[in-house]
Amino acid sequence: MASSTSEYIQHHLKHLSVSLGEPGGFWTFHLDTLFFSIALGLLFITTFGFAARKVTAGVPGKWQNFVEIVIDFVNTQVKDCFHGRNPLIAPLALTIFVWIFLMNFMDLIPVDLLPVMGEWFGLDYLRVVPTTDVNLTFGMALAVFFLILFYSLKVKGPRAFIKELTLHPFNHWTLIPFNFVLEIVSLLAKPISLSLRLFGNLYAGELIFILLALMSLNFTSITSLSDTSLFLMQVVLALGWAIFHILVITLQAFIFMVLTIVYLSMAHEEH
Amino acid sequence: MNINATLIGQMITFGLFVWFTMKFVWPHILNAMQEREDKIADGLAAAERGRHELAIAQEKVTEQLREAKTKAAAIVDTAHKKADQLIEQARTEAVVEKKKIVQQAQEEIAQEKYQALQALKQHVAVIALSGAEKIIGREVDEAANKDILDQLIEEL
Repeated sequence: MASSTSEYIQHHLKHLSVSLGEPGGFWTFHLDTLFFSIALGLLFITTFGFAARKVTAGVPGKWQNFVEIVIDFVNTQVKDCFHGRNPLIAPLALTIFVWIFLMNFMDLIPVDLLPVMGEWFGLDYLRVVPTTDVNLTFGMALAVFFLILFYSLKVKGPRAFIKELTLHPFNHWTLIPFNFVLEIVSLLAKPISLSLRLFGNLYAGELIFILLALMSLNFTSITSLSDTSLFLMQVVLALGWAIFHILVITLQAFIFMVLTIVYLSMAHEEH
Repeated sequence: MNINATLIGQMITFGLFVWFTMKFVWPHILNAMQEREDKIADGLAAAERGRHELAIAQEKVTEQLREAKTKAAAIVDTAHKKADQLIEQARTEAVVEKKKIVQQAQEEIAQEKYQALQALKQHVAVIALSGAEKIIGREVDEAANKDILDQLIEEL
């Protein structure tokens, strides 16, 4: 394990990765992000798929009941925000909500637990919260962005879509370049804000857990407090932050889902 | 915060999970929920219908009960009347019979009285004759005095 504060933090922020090209280049894969996100995604589809395979219209079991509550919740959101008819939107929203929630939930596992266990198996670095990897959040946001473009072109047609991009705030031909720049910025802002919001919240959350963990690791020599009081402070602060974080992880999953629905709804409607 | 190929991997994974959810999870569960909703709605409607039918049946029962009571009362009434009639008839018959019996008895009494009287008359005549014989002390010729004797009996 690292021996100083900055090394400890940097160690926690480094991905377990393999590079196909030059080290650190584009063809690098973050194995930990991929592993945990796929594992949690599989957990989601197997458990929900289990409920779907055994689903009954009669008296539901406990698990089916829970799944139905989640699905009903997502369905309500979709019905409230999305007025078109598209069989993709609701399953997409459900996947986003549950998957992001599960990945965010990894943040509540003690920061050193899985990395230390990883070291037993010879893994030098391990970041267990996939949503603190901007590649994941940006990947999802980009997928949503492509869906926005696809449905904009499909539902409105290329002509209407270009019209919307060029004639939208100010309907005059002299202002077409100005409009275009404005609309392109607002269009590109959608995936960027979507991904950076999730990434930023979770990254900051994890960083705070790492900083709190530092207290009892006693890497700080700048305080005059005793080990015991530092330990107690860490317990209290980590507990408070974890409880607050339960709200954050749910809220971030919810926001990502709702914004996706809203953006896709906008892609379906003519202004 | 370096963008790399992980992003592509994540997009593919994301797409596959969404596809799976859309294909195997969402429709099944939503269908089941819809089906249950329909079932519950049907059940509630059936319950409402049942309640309505029960109310109608109860009304019918009350109606029939009332009818039956009226009928029973009518039957009891006619039975009473019939009984009264029978008693009256029996009484009249009894009275007639009584009269007849009494009349017969009276007739018999009259006849017997007459016969007894006849016998008594004969007897008195005999006694009177024997008394007269004794008084006269002599034998009276019965044949000679028969006309007197008969006249006497007639007079008695």
